[in-house]
Amino acid sequence: MFRSKAKILQLAVTLLACAFLLVPTILSVMAGLTVNYFQGISSGLTLKWIYQVWELYADSIFLSIRLALACLVVTLIIGLPAAYGLARHPGWLSRLLEEFISLPLAVPGLALALALLQLYGSMKGFRASWTFILVGHVLYTLPFMVRSILAVLAAMDLKTLEEGAASLGATPWQRFRDIVVPNAMPGILAGSLTVVTLSLGEFNLTWMLHTPYLKTLPVGLADSYASMRLEIASAYTLVFFIIIVPLLMAMQWASARAQRIAK
Amino acid sequence: MTLRLTNTAKTYPDGTRALLPTELSVDRGEIVSLLGPSGCGKTTLLRIIAGLETPDAGSEIWFDSDNVTSLPVERRKVGMVFQSYALFPNMSVRANIGYGLKMQKLPKSEIDARVTEVLEMCQLQAFAGRAIDALSGGQRQRVALARAIAPRPRLLLLDEPLSALDAALREALRDELAVLLREFDITAIFVTHDQDEAMAIADRVAVMSSGQVVQSGTPEDLYRNPKSAFVAGFVGNAMRLEGRCEAARLELAGGALTLPGDGTGQDVFVRAEDVEISADGPLTARVETVTFLGTHYRIGLSGITGDVLAAIYAGQNAPRVGERVKAGIKPEALMLLPQDPARA
Repeated sequence: MFRSKAKILQLAVTLLACAFLLVPTILSVMAGLTVNYFQGISSGLTLKWIYQVWELYADSIFLSIRLALACLVVTLIIGLPAAYGLARHPGWLSRLLEEFISLPLAVPGLALALALLQLYGSMKGFRASWTFILVGHVLYTLPFMVRSILAVLAAMDLKTLEEGAASLGATPWQRFRDIVVPNAMPGILAGSLTVVTLSLGEFNLTWMLHTPYLKTLPVGLADSYASMRLEIASAYTLVFFIIIVPLLMAMQWASARAQRIAK
Repeated sequence: MTLRLTNTAKTYPDGTRALLPTELSVDRGEIVSLLGPSGCGKTTLLRIIAGLETPDAGSEIWFDSDNVTSLPVERRKVGMVFQSYALFPNMSVRANIGYGLKMQKLPKSEIDARVTEVLEMCQLQAFAGRAIDALSGGQRQRVALARAIAPRPRLLLLDEPLSALDAALREALRDELAVLLREFDITAIFVTHDQDEAMAIADRVAVMSSGQVVQSGTPEDLYRNPKSAFVAGFVGNAMRLEGRCEAARLELAGGALTLPGDGTGQDVFVRAEDVEISADGPLTARVETVTFLGTHYRIGLSGITGDVLAAIYAGQNAPRVGERVKAGIKPEALMLLPQDPARA
């Protein structure tokens, strides 16, 4: 296996790249687990900092989870019918609409947030509630949901499948429920995981929209690095990893599966 | 049930007339084929009957004594077999077949019993639990048929049901389909562009061209008594003999033939199986091609008429390419048809 120099070189480059990515992560995680970072591991390991993160930022964690789930529900309610409509009526108008829905991807979160603030900033009750952040997250994540479902729907002969169901006596609603939704499921799953992951991790836009009483997970992370001791902030990073990494892996798996079906 | 269409037409928003005003009636238990080249309006007509396409104002579609013209497809109680089968990939074979019964809100035990019965009729018992993508083309075709027939529709509609299969399978399933349709004892209409398929399956064939039914009759009738050059050419590949008609005599480049009647102002057609290669024939020709087809040879003859004329030769010793042969055509095998106005 290690006979040729080329192979050894390949392995070395790969290991270096891994180290480049992993070392800062490991350092950060270790910092969150040591009693005193500046004295190093010799000061001993502890879960104290993680406990403190929980005490200080549990609200942020719950807010983020609530936001992510609400965002998922809203993007599903808007995204599924939207993707269905676009798939069912292909044409230049649908293409245009699809591009339009995707615009928030290209516009910086900052600009999106400023626009929202300009429009709704004066509505005090709304501005200060968590639903204000939700609006931002929905705008940002909707294109992922629509595109993910659309890719799967576009790969099958939806029109004929629906005609088949109709000829068997199914009403439009029954066709949507029995044929469209189950066959779009891989796309729905991939889209859902993407939306939840993005909503949990979104910082740019959320940082602009948040209030001192509404800190999401990433906003809380920034806050902890700015105002807490390094060990607590590092422990926060660890908590963030624990929440986001399994989601990220599930998202990768679901997207790969949806893409396979779309082919 | 009997189906009756009156004055049924379809014009697309861009002005294309896919179907000219058409009258069609299908008797109870009759199996009718709509035969024609692609773009002739046969699928449009089928989709109008199904309720998948809205016909022009003034069209009327009657199922027995019900006017269903404005009824949507889901309430017409028709069974439909699609060219691509349109089987639901999210359901098993059993669930696909049971879907129409489920839509009728039948109790589960009855659905099960009826699905089992249809599975048996279509010899699909072994595949009941399978997913759709684990079936072969022929099995899918049978599932599509079983699914359409399970809710006991008033009318069965089949859109090119065999065209997605490869040639060998198509022929086997063609005969199977003919038997099954009669077993179901159902009124059926099926669309095809393949004349062999139409003849093998249908009681009656309606030949369509450019948006209208040009002739309708039993397969034998269409084959023996075509009313136009189009039908003669499309059903049984009749070839035109280009020559000069003088009363009951046809002068050709390769000789003269006796016609069955006065051919003045008419076109004369013949089929390959009626062109006999024999030493005492009145026509002289040169052999251009010889194709061995197992049971017979197909021989291309030049010099008789403008084009190469095909002849079927059933003997053992076929003539060779380049040879000069004599050929004859019996008067009763010649078909006299009105001249094509487009050419005259």
